[in-house]
Amino acid sequence: MCENCGCNDGDAGYTIINPANHHNHDHEHLHNDHNHSHGHDHNHERNHNHQRISIETDVLQQNNLLAQRNRGYFEAKGIITFNLVSSPGSGKTTLLERTIISLRDQKVYVIEGDQQTSLDADRIHATGAPVLQVNTGNGCHLDAGMINKALKTLNPDNDSLLLIENVGNLVCPALFDLGENFRVVIISVTEGEDKPLKYPNIFQRSHLCLINKTDLLPYVDFDVEKFRTYARKVNPMLQFIELSAKTGEGFGEWMEWIEEGTRDQEQAGIGN
Amino acid sequence: MHEFSIVQSIVDIAIASAAVNHIEHIRAVEVEVGMASGVVPEAMEFAWEATVKGTLLNEASLRIKQIPLTVRCFGCHHQYHPEEFYEECPQCGEVNAEILAGKELKVVAIET
Repeated sequence: MCENCGCNDGDAGYTIINPANHHNHDHEHLHNDHNHSHGHDHNHERNHNHQRISIETDVLQQNNLLAQRNRGYFEAKGIITFNLVSSPGSGKTTLLERTIISLRDQKVYVIEGDQQTSLDADRIHATGAPVLQVNTGNGCHLDAGMINKALKTLNPDNDSLLLIENVGNLVCPALFDLGENFRVVIISVTEGEDKPLKYPNIFQRSHLCLINKTDLLPYVDFDVEKFRTYARKVNPMLQFIELSAKTGEGFGEWMEWIEEGTRDQEQAGIGN
Repeated sequence: MHEFSIVQSIVDIAIASAAVNHIEHIRAVEVEVGMASGVVPEAMEFAWEATVKGTLLNEASLRIKQIPLTVRCFGCHHQYHPEEFYEECPQCGEVNAEILAGKELKVVAIET
């Protein structure tokens, strides 16, 4: 049974594709391993009486432990990592393409997440940035295990930037720490300004919100100020940048944010 | 959508604990699910039966304790329990608050 949606389609593990090896069908099919955690239990007598055994273990412990391992890896290598989350169709991939091209002096790596196809990874591959595609199958989010596995193939250089494009989904990625430095939620102006109220978890757990497709503002009823007010209600610390991945409007501010974020992490002792 | 994988993790944690404590029969698994955890208890209940079938937890019941959201106002330090994420402080009207409880997603105990 698929462990993500419960459907009966047998093996629903995830796949990692390297677009650079497309024609060699270099697909690695993996299963979500269930590592049995050894919790700190209070060991009662071994008898058949009713017992209550205290466990006190976070359900997402396995993911969180792997996320911290990823974090340690990034810190050791001075890699700054961004986890980009949003609905499908907000413009994440176009944004990534322009970001990579704009970051001329910086080595950038990308991990793409989608249920199926390597279409996004192929687009990133065309920019020249090393990229791996994770196909989650029926899965609705990337998790720390998938990133952990992808990193072993991607093998990013020290002092580089890693951009992770999560599966398009405003719900599930909120729960799954990947080990990133920064989580960026992207919303396009065609989506409606009330999204933060309807999907509070993802906005509450992000550092920065990119308001994309500003070139379409004259044609849609999107009130930017209202959106910012709603978003600040669920996350008072959330920062905002308005931009258009299509025209490049506002991109300077996004580049500055990346630079400043990188500098802050380095000053905090992470990286060189 | 991912409640199935969360229930699977709960089952794994419970089975691991049973192995460590040499338990062969589990009656119940107690979990805490915070209101702001991002997980829907009803979806977990739905996933539970399908996931435990054929395992050590075949006849175990899932006991979910829902933890309400408790926040502390950044303005006046008043603690309150908002029904929704973005309720203003009833004392001073400030919207900014620190979340103290309500994000839990924890296996608390198993009962044999």
